[in-house]
Amino acid sequence: DNSDILLRPVAIFKDPFRGGDNILVLAECYNNDGTPNRTNYRHSCVKIMSAHSEAKPWFGIEQEYTLFDMDGQVLGWPKGGFPGPQGPYYCSVGANVAFGRDVVEAHYRACLYSGVNISGVNGEVMPGQWEYQVGPCEGIDMGDHLWVSRYLLQRVAEDFGIVVSFHPKPIKGDWNGAGCHTNYSTEAMRIDGGIKAIHDAIDRMSKRHAEHIAVYGEDNDKRLTGRHETGHISEFSYGVANRGASIRIPRHVAAQGYGYFEDRRPASNIDPYR
Amino acid sequence: MSSITNTSNTQTLQKYISLDQGGKVQAEYIWIDGDSGLRSKTTTLDFKPTDVSELKEWNFDGSSTNQAPGDNSDVLLKPVAIFKDPFRGGDNILVLNECYNNDGTPNRTNYRYSCAKVMKAYADAKPWFGIEQEYTLFDMNGSVLGWPIGGFPGPQGPYYCSIGANVAFGRDVVEAHYRACLYAGINISGVNAEVMPGQWEFQVGPCEGIDMGDHLWVARYLLQRVAEDFGIVVSFHPKPIKGDWNGAGCHTNYSTKAMREEGGIKAIHDAIDKMAARHMEHIAVYGEDNDQRLTGKHETGHISQFSYGVANRGASIRIPRHVAAEGKGYLEDRRPASNIDAYRVTQVIVESSLA
Repeated sequence: DNSDILLRPVAIFKDPFRGGDNILVLAECYNNDGTPNRTNYRHSCVKIMSAHSEAKPWFGIEQEYTLFDMDGQVLGWPKGGFPGPQGPYYCSVGANVAFGRDVVEAHYRACLYSGVNISGVNGEVMPGQWEYQVGPCEGIDMGDHLWVSRYLLQRVAEDFGIVVSFHPKPIKGDWNGAGCHTNYSTEAMRIDGGIKAIHDAIDRMSKRHAEHIAVYGEDNDKRLTGRHETGHISEFSYGVANRGASIRIPRHVAAQGYGYFEDRRPASNIDPYR
Repeated sequence: MSSITNTSNTQTLQKYISLDQGGKVQAEYIWIDGDSGLRSKTTTLDFKPTDVSELKEWNFDGSSTNQAPGDNSDVLLKPVAIFKDPFRGGDNILVLNECYNNDGTPNRTNYRYSCAKVMKAYADAKPWFGIEQEYTLFDMNGSVLGWPIGGFPGPQGPYYCSIGANVAFGRDVVEAHYRACLYAGINISGVNAEVMPGQWEFQVGPCEGIDMGDHLWVARYLLQRVAEDFGIVVSFHPKPIKGDWNGAGCHTNYSTKAMREEGGIKAIHDAIDKMAARHMEHIAVYGEDNDQRLTGKHETGHISQFSYGVANRGASIRIPRHVAAEGKGYLEDRRPASNIDAYRVTQVIVESSLA
């Protein structure tokens, strides 16, 4: 009985589907009393980013996702069954191991054209699962670029008659889940000796593990089991080059004494603003 | 049993591949994994590199490719060669890499590292190679491409270099691969259909030194990636079908400057003698399951015996008749299997013949 929601434009990107001068417009949602809509998480994120802009926070998110065919089966999987176990699929090439590359290639180009800061792609450990990375983006841009990249992915896959899932554990059993590993640095971390700022941030984050987990995605408990390159959802841990930890410090960062770190806890279905 | 397909929807993809990239370049980093397979992933560059030295070193999760344990899994990628990308076109590139452990040592299956040292040490000999890569095509259901479901085609005879829909299976892949190689800068010198139906061959070379391994590995990557577009699977197994069916090899043609000059036949015989004395060391790196292929039948020499002869396809090493006639040229080592690591093979040949 009170259904009008307002759309307030916040970012413009070129439209890869329509070409020419056509555009995509990302918008924030507001209720008609002027307050941010319930799921408008960008509103408060902008305030925080504004407040801490001098720290120059950079992000890079590794968005994993799974492709499905129109019959509800993971793309490329045999009907009513399973493919051979994980091992040959990560970064693979070949018709029997890489399923859906068309979508990946088309999405990559769509992002480059539209202005989304896509930095790479790779085939993932579970067959039919892929990953792309967006970043480095500063502040509010991370959320904007990731959300629009997801829009482009679903719209591109639509052209191919393929469905995208962002669920963090689409298939139960000995199959990897899907995450949104979030790489993070501030200016202090990126300069010489920044490893101290990195450890400092990790300490602080370790004390708020439950607060982070609360916004790191629905059904993340199905994914963060301590197996399949994850740390268990109930425990915080970190380590250099350790893919089984909550936070991983890349080896080259430890070696050079500055850089960034990777929070491996966020699931593929996160809201990057949160 | 339902049929599986995985073919590229090229028409729809074209809409996107023709989009402007806004000055960005896609670089596909390719590497050899822990099981002699190929892996790759892409990174966006905001410049067009003209030399390998301009490319960043990268890393990947080696625990997913049998190259590192899970609690210490970063494996480093060091670019060694650039080729043009025939799938993405434009300024986009393919980058071949060597893998290193994070303590700086070469990764377990980084055979290029020691091969490069050997090629450097013997650079003055100007070793040239030409490898004849054979391979077999399979459909997505696991049958050899073109073979009847659950059965066999007519016996070998009509298939070698054949034409016709009932004898030549998979020419699309062969043609597309040839063009992809030419575009990319791979030194592909020819193709032909092979003796077993569904089996083909392409030749890469002449390549000097380390280039042979680089070009052959990237040629294999292109083959698997091209076949993927057609929903066809490539096998490099040396004996994919048991019985009266040919295996697949990587006959390796070899010469040094001395062999190519007047009177070079002496250097050829000298090299053969030295290689004969190290037959088992060669066989050790001439491919897994090669014993299933080198039976002494189907144009092979038996794996346990070294032999050589002019124009003899049943020998370990064959001296082409025109080489014997002219008194100079090259030799053909027929022992290597289709699944070799070309760095290991070219290295052992140079070491045996020149040390």
